[in-house]
Amino acid sequence: MGNTEIALACLPIGHRAQVVKVGTEGLTRNRLLDLGLVPSTVVEAVRKSPAGDPVAYNIRGAIIALRSEESRLITVRPLA
Amino acid sequence: MESRAVGARRFFAKLNPTKSDAVIALAGNPNTGKSTVFNGLTGLNQHTGNWPGKTVVLAKGNYRYKNKQITVVDLPGTYSLLANSADEQVARDFICFGKPEATVVVVDATCLERNLNLALQVIEMTPKVILCVNLIDEAKRKKIEIGYQKLAALLGIPVVPTAARDKVGLNTLKEAIHQMVFAHKHPRPQPIRYSREIEAAVAQIQKELEPYLQGTIDPRWVALRLLDGDITIITEIKKYLQAKETAEAEQMELGASGLKVVKCHK
Repeated sequence: MGNTEIALACLPIGHRAQVVKVGTEGLTRNRLLDLGLVPSTVVEAVRKSPAGDPVAYNIRGAIIALRSEESRLITVRPLA
Repeated sequence: MESRAVGARRFFAKLNPTKSDAVIALAGNPNTGKSTVFNGLTGLNQHTGNWPGKTVVLAKGNYRYKNKQITVVDLPGTYSLLANSADEQVARDFICFGKPEATVVVVDATCLERNLNLALQVIEMTPKVILCVNLIDEAKRKKIEIGYQKLAALLGIPVVPTAARDKVGLNTLKEAIHQMVFAHKHPRPQPIRYSREIEAAVAQIQKELEPYLQGTIDPRWVALRLLDGDITIITEIKKYLQAKETAEAEQMELGASGLKVVKCHK
């Protein structure tokens, strides 16, 4: 607690963070929530694609690639 | 132009000729071995068919168990039933309007958490659900232990562990289906409770909906979808009720005018 909140897009590879808020809207929001990206979920940035976008994240046991369009709108609290 | 709901009914009628005693649906996330379960249940007695009006392929198959002919419909693998895609819509409409006698939700034992989202969504639509925890051999390898009885108690539905690849648990699954369909052992899962504001809104909408739905579709579920802002469900239900009406030789006028009221209410 007390940690600063950042956008998921800013989470460095190999680091973990806890979801605070999913700020996307409509269909993407539903999709992300269905994939298990709900507040308090722990996410890990696993690796970057060669172009730097999208980035692969480990979300509840599955590797999901998110574009920065989405990950910019997801607020997380980095974990030590 | 045939509506999906009417299509669902046609499809259902085609699937359920007199020789079949029951139709059950198989739902599940992608990569849970759903199709392996399907193949394990039906063997070679299967056909694929196209969902009317959608390019989504459905497989159906048959098996005999205890002298009953069961038709199994393999729904597209989805993470959700909130109808964000054609696949999800087909799966949703089949469970909602196709009225299978039981729905088996296949989940991945190594990834239960992410899979249970779909299971809970199905339970919200119909209580006639069996949870098939597949890939237990892989879970065992990963040293994952699952408390099946606890899971069954928490969800309020039967839970059957399987390793469909090695045909483990498939007979237990057939027996569970048999019990649900022919011994009428309908589970009574606990409905998921939402925050007080949502529950208050649901109660209000549900009350208004009940006369129009006439026990065909769970009003609580429809109320929740409306709160979700899913307007498509109104059109689908309207079409479904109209089709049902014509089939039942034009009785009263319900659906059409009534659901417009609900739309305004929302």
